[in-house]
Amino acid sequence: MPEKPKVTFYWCASCGGCEESVVDLAENILDVVAAVDIVMWPVAMDFKKKDVEAMEDKSILVSMINGAIRTSEQEEMAKLMRRKSQLVIAYGSCAHLGGIPGLANQFQREEILQYIFEESPSTVNPQKTRPERKVMTNGNAVTLPNFFNVVRALDQVIDVDYYLPGCPPTPKLLKQALDALLSGNLPEKGTVLAPDIALCDECPKKDTKPSDLKFTEFKRPHLVQIDSATCLLAQGIVCMGPATRGGCEGVCISGNMPCTGCFGPTSRVKDQGAKILSALASQVEAKDEKGIDATLATIPDPVGTFYRYGLPISLLRRKNF
Amino acid sequence: MLTAGEQSKTNTWEPRIVAFFCNWCTYTAADLAGVSRLRHAPNARIIRVMCSGRVDPQFILDAFSKGADGVLLGGCHPGDCHYMEGNYKALRRMRLLKRMLKDMGIEEHRFRLEWISASEGERIKTVINEMTEQVRTLGPLGLPKKFEEWDTEMEVLERTVNGKEEAVHA
Repeated sequence: MPEKPKVTFYWCASCGGCEESVVDLAENILDVVAAVDIVMWPVAMDFKKKDVEAMEDKSILVSMINGAIRTSEQEEMAKLMRRKSQLVIAYGSCAHLGGIPGLANQFQREEILQYIFEESPSTVNPQKTRPERKVMTNGNAVTLPNFFNVVRALDQVIDVDYYLPGCPPTPKLLKQALDALLSGNLPEKGTVLAPDIALCDECPKKDTKPSDLKFTEFKRPHLVQIDSATCLLAQGIVCMGPATRGGCEGVCISGNMPCTGCFGPTSRVKDQGAKILSALASQVEAKDEKGIDATLATIPDPVGTFYRYGLPISLLRRKNF
Repeated sequence: MLTAGEQSKTNTWEPRIVAFFCNWCTYTAADLAGVSRLRHAPNARIIRVMCSGRVDPQFILDAFSKGADGVLLGGCHPGDCHYMEGNYKALRRMRLLKRMLKDMGIEEHRFRLEWISASEGERIKTVINEMTEQVRTLGPLGLPKKFEEWDTEMEVLERTVNGKEEAVHA
């Protein structure tokens, strides 16, 4: 029997939802397990770093890495997986775009550490103790990885072959990606494995989107009664659909929640945040500065809203200090 | 005007301002400033666009990320747009972009929107001179160099793993 292709799953700076999404394959996971040999999957199986190190370079068919790169340990593991794998897939929004952890790029490393270890409401730390980077115990040195000042998407650290978008990727897209990998029927390197068209195109509420929106106020979804039959933009709710790649089949929209942009932009857009800013602001009804500002003030946090998943890969990458 | 290479050789920094001017008003005003032989700071690189409404906020972020110290956008006065509504669209976008730039740590005076009609050659001179001085006071933004500096935090690992040095932790 020929050797089965080797596959790894690895988890960097992310919530763990991407790991869940692998299990969301449901009974299809049995076909996957039958077809491949999982040689590293820290969340589910007991393989160690040294097991991967002992493998020959390029002996793994594909590594699916989720999560942003936030620490030197994640960087080291990503580089190890890259060396050992023929293909690397950036799995999920954090690896693809930087993700929610990427919002930390609005702050300096020291601000974050100070808040976490000294100031957060649930912290009691009168001595202001911080974790030591290196501690000697019984003659052995125990070290912590370096916590970077900048959060990075995976392709800002290693070469990435494909991107599986989503927070998390849907089982359907994962299944399609695995089928393509196992059949060897691969798209061009660098492809995002989802349709290259904006979400509005497949939105169930598409037919009710007016051609001209004329915003007078942007409404927060939890403060209004949402009409489930009508385009959310037409109801004054910030929906990232026009600036976001489709492929999720409108799962949030179908649940009456606006798109927050987790699939990232289409290939024609460089900066998702600037694009949705442009799309929304240009359709404000007011024509004078005061009126425009009043309408736009109802978007309290433009960076956090427009770059919810993509700050690290945006043109500015992080807040400038 | 010095290129980036020449600047680094002579070690004198000059503000670099990217100016998007609309074809119908502001660019024509810049032409008028030229034929009127008005002298103004040579720091603005003018890019002619058909309308201020054509300027995608991505262009402005791209200019900053590629090394602009300031970005100036010029269009027709409200009511005068050749395409009726383009300058209103620009105004709305830029009001929000201005807020977002501030949140991203880019100083207010590095980005400016001005309505300059075809007859206002004098205004071109005033605006470019003013903005050049404001940006000069702020100093270089230098994002390309900052991107490089940010990424040096990863070279530490390259040295410790590949060079077998003991990891030095800050």
